[in-house]
Amino acid sequence: MADYVQMWKDLGMDLESHDVLCSVLPTAVGDVFMTQQNRPKAMDFWDLVISEVHGIRPAELIEEQKKGRKVFGTFCVYVPDEVVIAANGIVTGLCGGSQFWVPGGEAVLPKSTCPLIKASVGARLGRTCPFFRIADMYVGETTCDGKKKAYEILGEDVPMYVMDVPQMKRPEDILKWKNEIAAFAKKVEEFTGNKLTPEKLNEAIKLFNEKRKALARVYNARKSECLPISGRDALLMMQIAFFDDPARCAQMCNRLADELEQRIRDGVSVVPAGTKRILVTGTPLAVPNWKLHNIIETSGAAVVCEEMCTGTRYFENLVDETKTTLDEQFMALSERYMKTNCACFTPNTGRIDDILRMVKEYKVDGVIDCSLKFCCLYDTEKYSVSRALKEAGVPILSLETDYTDTDAEQLRTRIGAFVEMIDG
Amino acid sequence: MKQYSIGIDIGSTCAKAVVLDAEKHIMERFLLPTGWSSVETAEKLKEQLSAYLSDAFTVATGYGRACVPFADRSVTEITCHGKGAAFLYSAPTLTVIDIGGQDTKIILLENGTVSDFLMNDKCSAGTGRFLEVMANTLGLRLETLCELASAGGGVSISSMCTVFAESEVISLIGRGEPRENIAFAVVDSIVTKVASQVSRLLQADGAVCLTGGLCELPYLRQALEKKLGRKVVTSSDGRYAGAIGAALLAWKDGAAK
Ligand code: SF4
Ligand code: SF4
Repeated sequence: MADYVQMWKDLGMDLESHDVLCSVLPTAVGDVFMTQQNRPKAMDFWDLVISEVHGIRPAELIEEQKKGRKVFGTFCVYVPDEVVIAANGIVTGLCGGSQFWVPGGEAVLPKSTCPLIKASVGARLGRTCPFFRIADMYVGETTCDGKKKAYEILGEDVPMYVMDVPQMKRPEDILKWKNEIAAFAKKVEEFTGNKLTPEKLNEAIKLFNEKRKALARVYNARKSECLPISGRDALLMMQIAFFDDPARCAQMCNRLADELEQRIRDGVSVVPAGTKRILVTGTPLAVPNWKLHNIIETSGAAVVCEEMCTGTRYFENLVDETKTTLDEQFMALSERYMKTNCACFTPNTGRIDDILRMVKEYKVDGVIDCSLKFCCLYDTEKYSVSRALKEAGVPILSLETDYTDTDAEQLRTRIGAFVEMIDG
Repeated sequence: MKQYSIGIDIGSTCAKAVVLDAEKHIMERFLLPTGWSSVETAEKLKEQLSAYLSDAFTVATGYGRACVPFADRSVTEITCHGKGAAFLYSAPTLTVIDIGGQDTKIILLENGTVSDFLMNDKCSAGTGRFLEVMANTLGLRLETLCELASAGGGVSISSMCTVFAESEVISLIGRGEPRENIAFAVVDSIVTKVASQVSRLLQADGAVCLTGGLCELPYLRQALEKKLGRKVVTSSDGRYAGAIGAALLAWKDGAAK
């Protein structure tokens, strides 16, 4: 392992606490990933990235910052990365997925806040995540109430820009989001000192479309009866996609997809024939939150798709590449982003349609709808998700969990029973 | 081909064991308190089952199912309770209510197989634990609490949380409320909680049965019937439902060998 201590020091991190965090990660990675048989070789890239998750990429970001580039940290798949890239900025995801950060978040937030928000705030205030230190500006968004109010607190500690996400999807809302994107573009221009041009934005749009297509190729391979990759590995790839350089991400995902497609041709599967195929839906699974996938896949089933922001919501739908003025491009971006179906919107029947479509596409035997504790939006939507699936005759299990391990056995019983139920 | 099958259900308060013969007759049934260690309990069960063990397939279930080294495999309590309940009460559509020490399970069975289930184990409200805590607070045994409850009325406990409910009970005692009425309120509280869970799975037709240790309390069953507006059946073997289901699955395993 390379020595990143000086870098962490320079970032003003709390090294002592950070050591504690770093000491648990290898065991978790070992237990969740290295115990798997017959993994795709191309996973070596993600194994390396995760083994030095606080080293490799942060060091790259710092190098870029030295050249004058600005790093923007985001918390939601609604924030259009293209705009930042077109102004020669860099985007990194900032969602916290570890219980380690939750107490730090609880020091300033109500306990009844979802763990994703608590962990994100805790990671910043506790100074134990390099990404949260490196980001020059945070970009928030008015999605759920918990995040909106948490951004006010984060904003006291770091430059914060908040985009106003509409709550409905009428034509005027799409127009409104376009205007928000235009306003964000102005802010990005100011902050980076670089002017946006239609050419540069078009390049960025193409770059991100390529990344989306590469991610989609991996997901496409998961539709095969012969399952070439585990849900855990696919999830890791997805989670890292939020942090990585987009061009390299596309390249690595395409390399993985090549191998997966070859595996399908050769009939190489990571699970025995007849293993039950699970679609997971609900709130995002931020790194290093692998609890749900790990329990499902050690209970005799396989995860074949995530209808989540760390999943299909991140890459489905492309941005129209044919527009030639910034104004048209902002509209094209808005149209693409507003297709993402998040429970923050009302109505959100598009998500139900997506789930039903994916059940068919991914040949799913059962759906697990899991939300983070205190996420009232996704929790409430479980009612309509479960009703629609029952009507369609698809077995559905609704769960709620947080980042602690205390409910692992309870989840194991429910998930085990669900798998036994669909096994008949 | 082996002669017997054994089902072991290690719950949070009690471990149950059932031995079936080839005709699926119950040869043996017994229970032990689980105590502190599931591993020790499993050892004790092993001793008591020694006459059958070598000639039986064994399936373990319950929350301590992973701690039974001599079992051939483990199956979750949902599947086992479902199978066991279908054995005890045959009905094309059956809703099973199992109020356990630590959790409450609602299982929907269609033609003997599980088609849906719900589990409450995140908090002790609506579980046997709630009743136990309240009985302790009142200085009563569970059976006496239920008997008293049948003669009470007029009081209710508003808090769903065991800890808050306990302080409510204490203030009711302090206020001089007759014990019958407090006991009534306690049972009413758990029955209300369980009924609201059941309503999520309850089918318009079909039978409802109560299994688990609490099915031996007649007043609880009656109170549940009243709340649900449905007949609720029980069986003297109700608390063995999980172990019976495990033993039935063990037979299937044996036959497949
Ligand atoms: S779940 Fe909604 S709020 Fe969260 S990242 Fe996804 S789109 Fe954004
Ligand atoms: S999981 Fe729910 S509560 Fe948490 S940040 Fe996402 S939308 Fe908000």
